[in-house]
Amino acid sequence: MKTIFFHQQGYRDLPEDFAKRYESVWVTLPNDEVCDPAMVQKYLRWNIEEYELADELGFDGLGFNEHHQNAYGFPVSPNMIASILARRQSDVALVVLGNTIPLHNPPLRVAEEYAMLDCLSGGRLVAGLPVGSPPDTVGNYGLPPTQVRDRYFEAHRLLIEAWTRSGPFPFNGRFTKLRYVNPWPKPIQKPHPPIWLAGGGSVETWKFATDNNYTYSYLSFSGLKQAKSMMQGYWDQVEAAGLDDNPYRAGFAQLVVVGATDAEAETLYLPHIRNFYSKSLHTPSYIHSPPGFSTKKSLEFALAQSIDRTAHTKLMGDPARASWKEFTETFGMVVGGSPDTVAEQLEAGIRNLRIGHLMVILQIQSMDREITEYNMRLFAEKVMPRLRSLWKKEGYQDRWWPSGATREGGPALPLNSAKRVVV
Amino acid sequence: MSLQSDVRSIELGRGLSANSVLTKGSGPAVVYLHGLLGQQWDRLLDGLSSKRSVYAPEVAGAHEPDELKAFDTIHDLTIYVDDVVRKLELGTFDLIGHSFGGMVAAEYAALFPERVRKLILIDPLGLWRDDKPVADFTYATPDKQRTLILGSSDEEAAKKLLELPGGTTHRNREIVRRATSMASILHFIWPIPERGLRKRMYRIAAPTQIIWGEDDLIVPQAYADDFASAIRKSEIKIIPSASHTPQFNKPDEVLKAALSFLDKD
Repeated sequence: MKTIFFHQQGYRDLPEDFAKRYESVWVTLPNDEVCDPAMVQKYLRWNIEEYELADELGFDGLGFNEHHQNAYGFPVSPNMIASILARRQSDVALVVLGNTIPLHNPPLRVAEEYAMLDCLSGGRLVAGLPVGSPPDTVGNYGLPPTQVRDRYFEAHRLLIEAWTRSGPFPFNGRFTKLRYVNPWPKPIQKPHPPIWLAGGGSVETWKFATDNNYTYSYLSFSGLKQAKSMMQGYWDQVEAAGLDDNPYRAGFAQLVVVGATDAEAETLYLPHIRNFYSKSLHTPSYIHSPPGFSTKKSLEFALAQSIDRTAHTKLMGDPARASWKEFTETFGMVVGGSPDTVAEQLEAGIRNLRIGHLMVILQIQSMDREITEYNMRLFAEKVMPRLRSLWKKEGYQDRWWPSGATREGGPALPLNSAKRVVV
Repeated sequence: MSLQSDVRSIELGRGLSANSVLTKGSGPAVVYLHGLLGQQWDRLLDGLSSKRSVYAPEVAGAHEPDELKAFDTIHDLTIYVDDVVRKLELGTFDLIGHSFGGMVAAEYAALFPERVRKLILIDPLGLWRDDKPVADFTYATPDKQRTLILGSSDEEAAKKLLELPGGTTHRNREIVRRATSMASILHFIWPIPERGLRKRMYRIAAPTQIIWGEDDLIVPQAYADDFASAIRKSEIKIIPSASHTPQFNKPDEVLKAALSFLDKD
């Protein structure tokens, strides 16, 4: 089992009446009203310190992603932040999940920057290639919803050719026309860095993963407990494609909070969890489902199954008032409690869903530097060692791990004990 | 009583679905290109059909957005419209376009000026002014979208027009129809409904009537002057107390204005 420290890099201080005052956390949230660049300077320093700490605490990978024009996480160029970490002498993997390739014009730029990161880090890069979210692709970067997937597939083809063919060669796509494709450099990893896909459960992306033998990571905030039918859909696709059931084909993002005891975890983290679910996920539905983003088939399927991925929030009511029990048990969006509680729940969830790459989210929106470090240290010291051996005795190999990331079961530096935060 | 028309299915080849053209009436041909609510037979079209042969095609990809792979630009769509009207064997004809369809109609009249006898543009998209930006009707709640497209003065009738049918199967089918229809429109105009029409409008030769809902919340009335100044033979008709869809709020007034324009020499 590989554990990746995934940082959302959001805006940590949002006003109390945020959800009342603003329509959306994404796309239309007025920047001058909410986003203070001086605060962002502080957050960026904290974010990078937290990444560096994760490296020192022995996480297998550091996770970065790309989002735009929002408060919930605005890592506008994951490659910028990843390159700061790539510079460090380390054996940790850099999981960039990823660059939203339909948004780059020409997408050759991603082939170049990923190759630079792979060289800079000595072959420690995971090259994540997500399709991108509707708010980012349609709302923020102005792509017609019907073009996003077509642009994605074409950009993917360009990247693979750029990394595997000798340049220069011409590329004549529908969206990208280049007389000379000849990127300098090519990646260190051959034929190219491992490619990971990510998404919110669309059938087309599962199929693309199995067609290309890529891994798929389910990125949501609804938790391990509610993901069984979704992940089963992916595993059914893997089986239908005649591929093996190696758990490293699957990744999963999970919010995790650890305290010395269950009670301490509740006291420390519940306000931050409420804050996150009530503000960071505050978006109107039209931002997530512009007509044409889903194929007709997907839309018909979703309607026929009455699939509503926000059902739990409807059941739960106002997340600003939801209880610890609702978050961690009834709806199970968050795994939280003492190290024992957390380790047991994670292990059960990981086995249930067959997860090889766990992306833990330990910094949740409003958590400051100190409480984040407390959570990270407790997790790394008391929980992570218990997850490491998962899938080992079954003999599964992670064939999607970057060859230069040679860390195996331990931190690079000695751990300090987790310091208790004064509440 | 709901209004009825016939349907003529036009095969287009190229792996595209047939276009189900709504048609009714006899007399000189009028082609009508629909707006943001997609293809529907309304009181304006029914009224026109008392004196004209009316043909109302759908936008390309309206039923299967996958077919839009064959279309990259508004130019491709304009040629598609020409494919449809040529198969209808109309010769020259009068052309009416509303909203998005108005943008396509203006493009058509610029590209094929010899085919269009008279042109009517009803609250057309297609131009952009930084001082009066066209409103975003996509990033809007259903209530706001309804107000933008149909106005707020006839709220109950507007709600009724957009009411989803009962029964899960019918309801889901209608949700999918609306989504694919809007997807096929956004394919050509998102995020800014302007694709260079201004520099092509000098080619429009047909006498043109520009009908505008006085209270259009999507394309402000000021755009009527921009269209009029760019089209050589044009006149403006403002419909008072009417929205982006004036034929919904004031069907009789729009019908009367259109017919008198088409009838005069």
